[in-house]
Amino acid sequence: MSVITPDILKQVAMLARLRVEGQASAELSGQLGTILDYVRQLQQVPTAGVEPTSHVLSLSNVLREDRRRPSLDPKAVTAIAPVAHQSFVAVPKVIDA
Amino acid sequence: MTLEPVVGLEVHLQFSTDTKLFCGCPTAFGAPPNSQTCPVCLGLPGALPVLNARAFAWGIKVALAFGCELARIMKFDRKQYFYPDLPKNYQISQYDQPLAQHGHLDVEVGGEPRRIRIRRIHLEEDAGKLLHEASPTETYVDFNRAGIPLLEIVSEPDVRSAEEAYEYLTELKTTVGYLGVSTCNMEEGSLRCDTNVSLRPAGREELGVKVEIKNLNSFRAVKLALEYEEARQRQCLERGERIVQDTRLWDAKRQVTEPMRSKEEAADYRYFPEPDLVPFVIEPAMVEAAGGQLPELPAARRRRFCEAYGLSEYDARVLTQTWALGRLFEDAVRGANAPPKPVANWIMGDFLAYLNAKQAPLESIKLPGEWFGHLVQLIEDGTISGKMAKEVFVQMLEREVDPNTLVAEGGLRQVVDTAELDALAARVIAAHPGAADEYAKGKLTALMYLVGQGMKQSQGTANPTQLTEALRRRLGGSA
Amino acid sequence: MPAAPASRTPGPADLTLHELRDRLRAGTCSPSEALEDLLARIERRNPALNVYLGCEPERLRGELDRQWRDHPGGRLRGVPITVKSNICVAGEPVSCASRILEGFRPPYDATVIERLRAEGAVIVPRANMDEFAFGSSTENSAFGAARNPRSPALDRVPGGSSGGSAAAVAADVAIAALGSDTGGSIRQPAAFCGVVGLKPTYGRVSRYGLVAFASSLDQIGPLTKDARDAAVLLSVIAGHDERDSTSAPTAVPDYERELDGDIAGMRIGIPALPEAEGGLHADVRTAVDEAVGVLRGLGMKTEAVGLPRLDKSVATYYVVATAEASSNLARYDGVQFGLRRAGPSVLEMSVNTRTEGFGAEAKRRILLGTYVLSQGYYDAYYLQAMKVRTLIRRDFEDAFRRCDVIVMPTAPTPAFRFGEKLHDPLQMYLSDVFTIAANLAGVPALSVCCGTSRAEGLPIGLQLIGRPFEEGRLLRVARAFEDATDWPARRRAFAQAETPR
Repeated sequence: MSVITPDILKQVAMLARLRVEGQASAELSGQLGTILDYVRQLQQVPTAGVEPTSHVLSLSNVLREDRRRPSLDPKAVTAIAPVAHQSFVAVPKVIDA
Repeated sequence: MTLEPVVGLEVHLQFSTDTKLFCGCPTAFGAPPNSQTCPVCLGLPGALPVLNARAFAWGIKVALAFGCELARIMKFDRKQYFYPDLPKNYQISQYDQPLAQHGHLDVEVGGEPRRIRIRRIHLEEDAGKLLHEASPTETYVDFNRAGIPLLEIVSEPDVRSAEEAYEYLTELKTTVGYLGVSTCNMEEGSLRCDTNVSLRPAGREELGVKVEIKNLNSFRAVKLALEYEEARQRQCLERGERIVQDTRLWDAKRQVTEPMRSKEEAADYRYFPEPDLVPFVIEPAMVEAAGGQLPELPAARRRRFCEAYGLSEYDARVLTQTWALGRLFEDAVRGANAPPKPVANWIMGDFLAYLNAKQAPLESIKLPGEWFGHLVQLIEDGTISGKMAKEVFVQMLEREVDPNTLVAEGGLRQVVDTAELDALAARVIAAHPGAADEYAKGKLTALMYLVGQGMKQSQGTANPTQLTEALRRRLGGSA
Repeated sequence: MPAAPASRTPGPADLTLHELRDRLRAGTCSPSEALEDLLARIERRNPALNVYLGCEPERLRGELDRQWRDHPGGRLRGVPITVKSNICVAGEPVSCASRILEGFRPPYDATVIERLRAEGAVIVPRANMDEFAFGSSTENSAFGAARNPRSPALDRVPGGSSGGSAAAVAADVAIAALGSDTGGSIRQPAAFCGVVGLKPTYGRVSRYGLVAFASSLDQIGPLTKDARDAAVLLSVIAGHDERDSTSAPTAVPDYERELDGDIAGMRIGIPALPEAEGGLHADVRTAVDEAVGVLRGLGMKTEAVGLPRLDKSVATYYVVATAEASSNLARYDGVQFGLRRAGPSVLEMSVNTRTEGFGAEAKRRILLGTYVLSQGYYDAYYLQAMKVRTLIRRDFEDAFRRCDVIVMPTAPTPAFRFGEKLHDPLQMYLSDVFTIAANLAGVPALSVCCGTSRAEGLPIGLQLIGRPFEEGRLLRVARAFEDATDWPARRRAFAQAETPR
């Protein structure tokens, strides 16, 4: 029985904005469960006092000057947008504020 | 059992840097839609962020102004959620190693000093703007705002009333204004505020159920919303109901808080360290540099103004509402050696009224503060009348000329010479024999009439008191 | 070597990058001759190999004219360079072999593209790959897999995810190519196709414009016909980029000049290998052992070194890489670019777009990555994996105190058949067991051909791993090995034999 139950899969899928249904759901649960079983061996590795690696290079304080660089033409923005309205990108109406 | 409100405030400031937090796009307000974007702030595939050095330095400055402990090493994290105004569907923010923590802001409520602790200050990028009203079926997205630097200032829940919240926000805004890092304009969105409030029995430690309030467009709205929400929660509890932990929106029209229509899913932001940005070490040299740039802050300045210039607290507060106004005042007093109280009155009265009438910001006035002092000095030593001064004042502002110069050139000098006044009185009496007769008959108003005529003839330059004297002498007779 | 039919007429596309460059400079070959030969090959062979997702000959001809005219001193003047479909080329379709980016044309160039163009190169984009670089075979491409030209029946995978780039170079349908490597995606296809593939030190080459898979692991690198070509290409693309905060400020040596030094006295480290799923193929073991013999013959010394946590690298990788990938792929939601599948609300639009636009492997990784970052699981999975990553880095640091170059097979087997590993995702992941650790540690690694399988004649790759920023050393060893074994010539002979379908 996979650690990824159908319910958990549904929650995770919603967080990731994916729809997983029916047969695909069962299959995925199984596959993800297998993979997680495999990666769980990491928990056996002693890591007390070990710092996590977020960056392999020991760089710090990479900054840039507060100076203008060219922006895109609004036409370039609307050209790649799936749906545009004048210079705006258009999406289905959002219900909120 | 008395219930006390426990209030926390979260303020977002937009930095008025030239460019965005992670790219070189401009930050100017009001530009045509999607004219200030690039692959980075649009979140296009392959684009990468690089931190704006000035935003970093300004963040340190603000943190110092609020007495915070700066991080030794700060880093950025991704805060992940899907929303159409968020190009990457994650916001680059700071989670467990923010810029600064453990600061405070001192305010005064009803004459009582109160210290509101600041829990943390961190940097993050702004999201784009959604336009809902332009179409019935679509929402329009403008990404100009996406990526603008934001500084988030989170208070501890130390605030205990709506009034106090208002004072906190006012003092915060004034202080940030002094640092010159943000336009602090709620209408333009460069200053935003969310608040949260819960009730608990007075004296207890545990916090009650917290309700967040959003959609607050002014400090006044914050105050009203908190008052409303506090009352609402009291009524709930009195009815024996439990408070639902929720996010509510302030409806400015109906003056109530309402639960949000769309249920916000319990947010799992899945924070993790931003792999595209390296860590930032805050070195002592940076802190010193930022500290060296701190101006005298509002609270300290108010105290000094009261002590050094004998001003009332109210006057001191008005004059220090912006750094520039306080500077103007001091330049006027020190530069011209003018008496502080009259200078204060002129600035608080006529000057602010002038700015208001013209809808002009203080920054548009480029005159040396000293000139205001000159104006007051001219009144104090009787060179011009108070009425004349108002004329000179307007001329000074519009023509940008020193009042001393204006008075010298324009023959605006008040006429105080006895002989001149005497001659004027004679002319006026000769021109208005009827009034002279009336006066002789005992009608005092006739004298006033003659004074008026004399002022007119001299184009306002005659000193009215002395002109009255001169007329009386000529007309002879009773006082 | 299997018997070959009569060779076709050799042409400029048979040349290595450095040979072509030299002839173009000398004037013994004209730039349009070279491009036309290449275009003819592409037209003839791409239908069977599917290494390019598209080709626009007219545009390329125009670009060649401009580039030849505008860059008289360019180091790559007139040379066509093939580019993987996840590297942004302004105005060109950059699909990452995914439906969700079908038709997307970025409005900007990646830094590596700018650098190539500044040296006069002609960019030949759209090399096939696994969708979003998720895979080891190109079977995850939404537009059909590429085929390994080294298998006579064309029934073997070219490796992945840079399978299109590797196969194109192997078949002389590319002069040289760029790929990307996150867990072995340059090296493993290089091994399967019998070409050279180099993953630079993390930070050596700018990632600006590389569509991100795992930000802390990704690097762009060359896939070439020999080590010298890799040196030439690396010299052009490497170097600090102010638009990439993770770009190293380290100076770029002249890698081509560094190639010709001696390797005698350098120490080879031989680690105990982690168990490969299904075991290490006998021919791979033989070929690598023989290769080590060759290197010893050239004066290198061998040392046993320990990389004790190498066997944890796949598990570590599949937590870290999927976590970062799930985040990097959140932007594909149909809002401001790419595919959009309509929906009554933004939520549904995003779900429809992503569900339809992403392939199965992409969805698996996104779900896995989302899970390991979610509330309650972060410490156990992601944080723990980041700590094990530190241990793996330390293992390499320790090993490099005792040797200069670590030697291993690139892959446990030669190229496998289509469909062989699709039934079990974990099987596919485990085939990266030898390449992944170099990405976790951020160290440079390259694969060079060192043999072929006895039965089918499929290439076998030798992997050389070096200290950070010692690409020069790796390339020198590879060049010396090539000189001593002549595998590049054998690659050429095979490509020229041009096995029919």
